[in-house]
Amino acid sequence: MIHRYQGVVVELVSRAVVPAIQVFALYIITHGHYSPGGGFQGGALLAASILLLRFTQGRKESYRRFPPGAGFALAALGLLIFLLVGLASVARGGSFLDYAYLPWPWASPETLRYYGILVVEAGIALTVWGTLVVVFDQVGTRTRDV
Amino acid sequence: MIWQLDFWLMLVLIGVAVLALRLRDLLAAVVALGAYSFLMALLFSELGAVDVAFTEVVLGAGVVSVLLVFALFSLDRRSSD
Amino acid sequence: MKALALAILGIFLVVLLYAEGDLPDRGDPEAPASMHVSPYYIERSLSDTRTPNLVTAVLADYRGYDTLGETVVIFAAGLASALVLLRGRGNRDT
Repeated sequence: MIHRYQGVVVELVSRAVVPAIQVFALYIITHGHYSPGGGFQGGALLAASILLLRFTQGRKESYRRFPPGAGFALAALGLLIFLLVGLASVARGGSFLDYAYLPWPWASPETLRYYGILVVEAGIALTVWGTLVVVFDQVGTRTRDV
Repeated sequence: MIWQLDFWLMLVLIGVAVLALRLRDLLAAVVALGAYSFLMALLFSELGAVDVAFTEVVLGAGVVSVLLVFALFSLDRRSSD
Repeated sequence: MKALALAILGIFLVVLLYAEGDLPDRGDPEAPASMHVSPYYIERSLSDTRTPNLVTAVLADYRGYDTLGETVVIFAAGLASALVLLRGRGNRDT
């Protein structure tokens, strides 16, 4: 059912809005330490931008921007990042997911926790982004043309 | 905590929820569900849980509404019961 | 049958209203839920993690296991639904 929407206003507005949504999503993810937001919200916003692309640009163009198999890879990559951060702190003798034991010994524990939270949020965002786009693609390719 | 705001938000929330159940047109029901999510987010942010409100707006009103509308294309638009 | 359902709903409403009177107020610092670990988080999260947003610090650092479990659940749910939908399409095509 994913066709290119015929209309110059929708086309232009979506072209302008999609990068803005994505930049805002990156802001949400990276600014989660200081303001409401974080991985879940930012990942959902990234997925929403891809959904807008799927609706307005048609299947051919939007699959070139975001291939349908990339969602699985992104989701698995995010989960892998999360697990590797947890295991990296085990490797230096800390507990699982204790970011103070990340393998950069010259940084203070607070700084390590700060960046550990940032990396983990990025992993969550990738997982949410990939999963939502995968679910949408599976529902979308099953619906009949209208 | 402003109890008047709480009261009216919850009243409209219940109204929209009943509306989403009673509507025959499924597209209108999905829109009512989106309105329900927005009101829920307003209620959350009024209670001080801004993070939860943010998640509710993005997921409940945005992505889930789009997904339900999209699934609706492969169904009859009228509810059968 | 409808009268019975209404009666059960009414009894449930009375029970809930009765129980609601014993709940602590919202944001009450003396409530049992705020007495155990919450003071530690509120006092130490800024010096522990340099993160002013308490919610992020609790979600990603103190309660990292919870968040990991949530992420695994999201991933597994998406994967399972995608596999179910793919399976259905394969059967329809053949």
